[in-house]
Amino acid sequence: MIQLRAALDWLADGQNWTGAHGAGVLVWQHLWYSLLAVAIAAAVAIPVGWWVGHTRRGRGLAVGVTGAARALPTLGLVTLLGLMLGVGLQAPILALVVLAIPSVLAGAYSSLEAVDPQVVDGARASGMSELQVLSKVEVPLGMPVLVGGLRSAMLQVIATATLAAYVGGGGLGRLLFLGLKTQRYDLMLAASLLVIALALASEVVFTLLQQLLTPVSARR
Amino acid sequence: MTLSRRDLGHWGLAAGAGLLGLAGCSTDDPLAPATSGGDAGSQAAGVLVVGSQQYYSNEIIAELYAQVLEKAGLTVKRQYQIGQREVYLPEIKAGRIDVFPEYTGNLMQYLDKNAKATDEAGIQEAISKALPDGLRVLKPATASDQDSYTVTPEFAAKHGLKSIADLAKAGKVKIAANSEFAERPYGPKGAKSAYGIDVEVLPVEDSGGPLTVKALLDGKAQVADLYTASPVIAEKKLVVLEDPKNLILPQQVVPVVSKKVDDKAAGVIDAVNAKLTPEVLQKLNAQSVSEKKKSKEIASGWLTEQGLL
Repeated sequence: MIQLRAALDWLADGQNWTGAHGAGVLVWQHLWYSLLAVAIAAAVAIPVGWWVGHTRRGRGLAVGVTGAARALPTLGLVTLLGLMLGVGLQAPILALVVLAIPSVLAGAYSSLEAVDPQVVDGARASGMSELQVLSKVEVPLGMPVLVGGLRSAMLQVIATATLAAYVGGGGLGRLLFLGLKTQRYDLMLAASLLVIALALASEVVFTLLQQLLTPVSARR
Repeated sequence: MTLSRRDLGHWGLAAGAGLLGLAGCSTDDPLAPATSGGDAGSQAAGVLVVGSQQYYSNEIIAELYAQVLEKAGLTVKRQYQIGQREVYLPEIKAGRIDVFPEYTGNLMQYLDKNAKATDEAGIQEAISKALPDGLRVLKPATASDQDSYTVTPEFAAKHGLKSIADLAKAGKVKIAANSEFAERPYGPKGAKSAYGIDVEVLPVEDSGGPLTVKALLDGKAQVADLYTASPVIAEKKLVVLEDPKNLILPQQVVPVVSKKVDDKAAGVIDAVNAKLTPEVLQKLNAQSVSEKKKSKEIASGWLTEQGLL
């Protein structure tokens, strides 16, 4: 409890928020890295996932790849990439992209699988091209599931982006590592609370987004 | 209390193996009555227990001592990979370990939290004062394992760098180090007040490991905080800048020994320490890190080469 009080005091102290390594900058960095990683993962994984979901081809491979990628230890990957690419931002961002891809990919292909096959058949029977079936029926109807995938990817990435600090990036991990090495557990707790706050904020945003993107006809 | 970077770097390992170490100590207590009968009494008197930290370089040094003690006709029992200072120092104090390689600065700070000495002589005096009865330290080796301001040979040649003070010629520099370096007494503030130089920390959290070295070699930082026993210093011919004002607390290798270590035993350990220079320790460590040799092989190889075995 004393640690919690000290952590809250630390967060309440405006001085800790300003400056080049203040909490304000670190929160923005953390959020920026997370958004960037999920955006890159989405750009790569969504088209692939839609293709898999629409054609029902390569599903076994997609499941295998997502499973295998999930088993990769991110700290090991960050270190390995750091040694290859040098310290800085590339290594952690790339590792976070690898972390985010499985959730996004799974969300993308299962979003199309979740669509009622009769609806898809109906669309085809009424003369829609495959592209129209995908873009006008499958994707809109599957949108809530896809956003769900993005949501869980974002949650994992926010929690793991603390590793960016391990290889000279910024983000809230810097406070965690500093607190760990100097036995300032209040600082670690304060940083953890900020990570939790970011994660909760992301959950709220994505929940709203999911509701917003559910087609009116599918809402109950 | 301050833990050194290495203590924390080996945290995960130490957490698990610290328990093993403890368990090992309790079951292998050389002073406990022997269960198998025989000459338990003479064994307790004639056996020296050599211990080491949960740290490969420390184990190599312990093995050096163990082998020369055996060569001198003593029976040695090895008790290696004992977690952290909090675990093994009480064991030494309790007389369960007789020889343990330590590091001067950290040992002083552990024994006496208010100790202010920063030079090697003062540190040894403080250690001798703070050690409990029955324990003493032998002569330290010149080899050390401490934080450093280390630069590439090219950077040193370009700006004519020999000591940390010379960094003033290079303008504002970045140092790759763990983030807590920024708050350590030997960090940027200390460097500014002792040498008047401007240093900015580039935080890389692997405690002078490969990522820190990579940052230095890539030029992302001009200086790196590496351990002076790190094999990479010899391997890449890096330049450890001198520290005439003792900004960084010296951590020379020093054996802590019990009463059971007599003059003869102390003499053979001293003979090893006399030849244990920083370069030697880096090379011995390199054999462990790059060639994956066991401490036993590394120690016997070097001791034979030096005519000590």
